[in-house]
Amino acid sequence: MTDEEKINAPRRMTEPPFMRRLLIFTALAFIGLFLVIPLVSVFAEAFRQGVGYYFHTLRDPYTVNAIELTLIAAGISVPLNCLFGVCAAWTIAKFDFPGKSILLTLIDLPFSISPVISGLIYVLVFGAQGWFGPWLLPHHIHIIFAVPGIVLATIFVTFPFVARELIPLMQAQGRTEEEAARVLGASGWQTFWRVTLPNIKWGLLYGVILCNARAMGEFGAVSVVSGHIQGKTNTIPLHVQILYEGNDFTGAFAVASLLTFLALVTLVLKSWIEFKHVGIGGIFPLPIVSNRDKQT
Amino acid sequence: MPTQHGGKIRVLPGFKLTLGYTLLYLSLIVVIPLAATFAKSTELSWAQFSHTISSPQAMAAYRLSFGASFFAAVINALFGSIVAWVLVRYEFSGKRFMDALVDLPFALPTAVAGITLATLYAPNGWIGRWLAPLGIQVSYTRLGIFVALTFIGLPFVVRTVQPVLADMDPEIEEAAASLGANRWQTIWRIVLPALSPALLTGFALAFARALGEYGSVVFISSNIPMKTQIVPLLIMSELDSFEYAKATALAVVMLVVSFALLLTINLLQWWSNRHNATEFA
Repeated sequence: MTDEEKINAPRRMTEPPFMRRLLIFTALAFIGLFLVIPLVSVFAEAFRQGVGYYFHTLRDPYTVNAIELTLIAAGISVPLNCLFGVCAAWTIAKFDFPGKSILLTLIDLPFSISPVISGLIYVLVFGAQGWFGPWLLPHHIHIIFAVPGIVLATIFVTFPFVARELIPLMQAQGRTEEEAARVLGASGWQTFWRVTLPNIKWGLLYGVILCNARAMGEFGAVSVVSGHIQGKTNTIPLHVQILYEGNDFTGAFAVASLLTFLALVTLVLKSWIEFKHVGIGGIFPLPIVSNRDKQT
Repeated sequence: MPTQHGGKIRVLPGFKLTLGYTLLYLSLIVVIPLAATFAKSTELSWAQFSHTISSPQAMAAYRLSFGASFFAAVINALFGSIVAWVLVRYEFSGKRFMDALVDLPFALPTAVAGITLATLYAPNGWIGRWLAPLGIQVSYTRLGIFVALTFIGLPFVVRTVQPVLADMDPEIEEAAASLGANRWQTIWRIVLPALSPALLTGFALAFARALGEYGSVVFISSNIPMKTQIVPLLIMSELDSFEYAKATALAVVMLVVSFALLLTINLLQWWSNRHNATEFA
């Protein structure tokens, strides 16, 4: 509503000024209490024992090791889910086939499953008592309580992010541009690289940013499959827990401040993409089916 | 080149490749491990299974999980609607900042949220020290679990209600006002019914998210069985004592609840879109 409209708006079309102020105050108080204070306190607690201790904690070999493992887990899971997201979006948005809505629901599934269960399912497949456990053990292949398990659990919890960002976007864009490129003689790959990819690059980036944030911050699922071996199977969030439970609160918050910083960068990038490219976004777990209904 | 398929000409390539890869990856990562979970639960006899899932400790955990998630979702529905309303309808300084910050609980790892809230609400924490003289203890109690679940569910209602409110045609409110409705009647009879499917969807999403939450609660709760132990924590404690069959049985119960909620959310979303299509097309 522009200023002019606001002035001309009849009294019955808006709320009385005191009501407006009360609502704005309530919203600010709620956001302040639940979001701003916790955000500020992370950094306040992290520097409680000074800058020296902060960097001492971050340079600790166990911390460095946790950072490395987190980068490995995210470095594997994000590209894999990215590839999957592009394939799934291509097949769902560009072709008609029966069972599409079941496929969409299955892609959504990891979002609605508790992180603890997301870890547990891999223990049941690869763990000592699991399906492949009796075969893996004598071959000295360690998946659970080792790095592969952490990577698998991370892949699972970040599974839908890129796909669910790209599917509605590509559905909305339709098929005509690609079909035109093909008719004009472009090969399949040329069509994808020159027509589709430029159209979806911002949506893809958006999905990758969210996928990465979750991959680096996942706690519950990774906690189940990790085994918590310091220096070996500890990711950043798990290291936060170990420090916190060892009563090194300042250290825990110092490491946590890294993840908080990552979260802030994620929010800034996300808002920036949403601002620059209207239509991209709609962050999350809303069933994708909706977009098709919307058009009809 | 264009291929003939079932009488229809398919211009775009890669259908078999991408569908094949999608199904393969989906099966390996999601479907097979989930199937393994259901298969594992059949190793228990029905009597053992029902004994595990209806033990007093499990019943207490269900009550706490459902209760705390429900109240957290109610608070989020109420305040989330106010936040969405203020963001769409009013101008004030700090609005863009507030809008971006709403997604913080999504971006912030749950472990960080957990230690932060536990510290803030501890009796000597920034917020806890004001509540302690009033005899209110938050950290390590059920109230703490409720606070953590409210935090993690905060974005859902805002983000489901906000777009619907933004798309709402002002002419409908103008019509109500010109026909003599006062502002309160317009909001109560016109705006709220139009928002209700989105509001319910947001509520269900926040509830579903809270039900499965582990990372933030593990720090702010004292995790005492029968008192402050939610279902995911109970599953974790069974795993820690190598009771895989028991953990699996409880996981199956939670999975069935998750699927039911997912179905409900899909139906709500479908209803929401229909609703908006017919009322505001």
